[in-house]
Amino acid sequence: MNGDQAMREMGKNLPVPEFERTPFTTPPTLRTATVAIVTSAALHCVDDERFSPADTDFRTIPAEARDLVMGHWSPNFDHTGFHMDIDVVFPIDRLVELQADGVIGRVAPRHFSFAGNQPDDVATIRLDSGPRAAAELKRDGVDVVILTPV
Amino acid sequence: MEEAGLATITLASMRPVVEKMKPPRALYCEFPLGRPLGVPNDPEFQHRVLAEAFALLDAPNGPVIADFPDVIESDEQPLACSLPPRFDPNLPACVDEARGLRKAYDRAVASRSRTDLGRVLTADQIPDALAALHRIASGDDWKTVEIPGKNTIAVMHDIRAYYDEACLELADGPEPGGRATEAWFFEATEAGKTCLAARQAIKDAGGPFPFWFYMAPGHR
Repeated sequence: MNGDQAMREMGKNLPVPEFERTPFTTPPTLRTATVAIVTSAALHCVDDERFSPADTDFRTIPAEARDLVMGHWSPNFDHTGFHMDIDVVFPIDRLVELQADGVIGRVAPRHFSFAGNQPDDVATIRLDSGPRAAAELKRDGVDVVILTPV
Repeated sequence: MEEAGLATITLASMRPVVEKMKPPRALYCEFPLGRPLGVPNDPEFQHRVLAEAFALLDAPNGPVIADFPDVIESDEQPLACSLPPRFDPNLPACVDEARGLRKAYDRAVASRSRTDLGRVLTADQIPDALAALHRIASGDDWKTVEIPGKNTIAVMHDIRAYYDEACLELADGPEPGGRATEAWFFEATEAGKTCLAARQAIKDAGGPFPFWFYMAPGHR
């Protein structure tokens, strides 16, 4: 079994929070929507505080930032795609193009990054840092969020 | 976030996880882990992924899970990348090799204007860290060997970043698939073999699980 197969096999039995209902928000039409990226790749700007091994907080990524580092602690996925092209994890340039083409309304001024290596219940992100990031997104007028993992 | 009034779309890399968690909208993309948009430096492909993801916003209710039609397998064959010839036979092979890769690493940093190295080590310390791991692999007690950077996961991260970035600079041909440089590092380089041997030695000596396990991908 190769590396990705082994990880996906592990994912089948990964304990995750399960919910009785799924919240659902109907967004405005895409061509008027403000779109943000939230990633679990532990990206941060070069000069920003690094992610610690058990970091439950988030980092803010301004829309114009391209000096990004992947601060994720797991050795269990490929990092070279990001070395070659940050958009393969954080598709910021694609969003800029979609804004120019009128497909989306606008690219959000700020994007947010968490570390994907979290305790199984993801409690702190669910109850604390996640809602705080959501409030920041709302403050920027964001309508739609693309969540990218690694 | 959805509860707060944001419409979220998850690019999912593990289908069973979204089947259980039931986020409002998920696009399952069977791509190499670490590449959620699929293909580096392929804006057209990345736009296809985003278009499929945004199409989920048309669903009147959720949860909804869709599958991106293309599957991209990871490439677990070692990348063809020439290694520097032996220069100083008095040094451990991994230390000599790391020194020999320095120019390629420096070129990589200059061309990309950024590096993922630097969690606990500088580029100058990479050979020293490998020398310490070589001592552990050769039988020295891991508790007494001082590893620059100390945290083995972070040390390995920096060694891998140094090698990956140098390798991408040296390799010819098409861009490597997911895990091709991982396979190159652990199977073709002296550093990779030394790191695995040190990891095994720490494990065999009863070292704490997180201290050695995360030095390499789990399947290794």
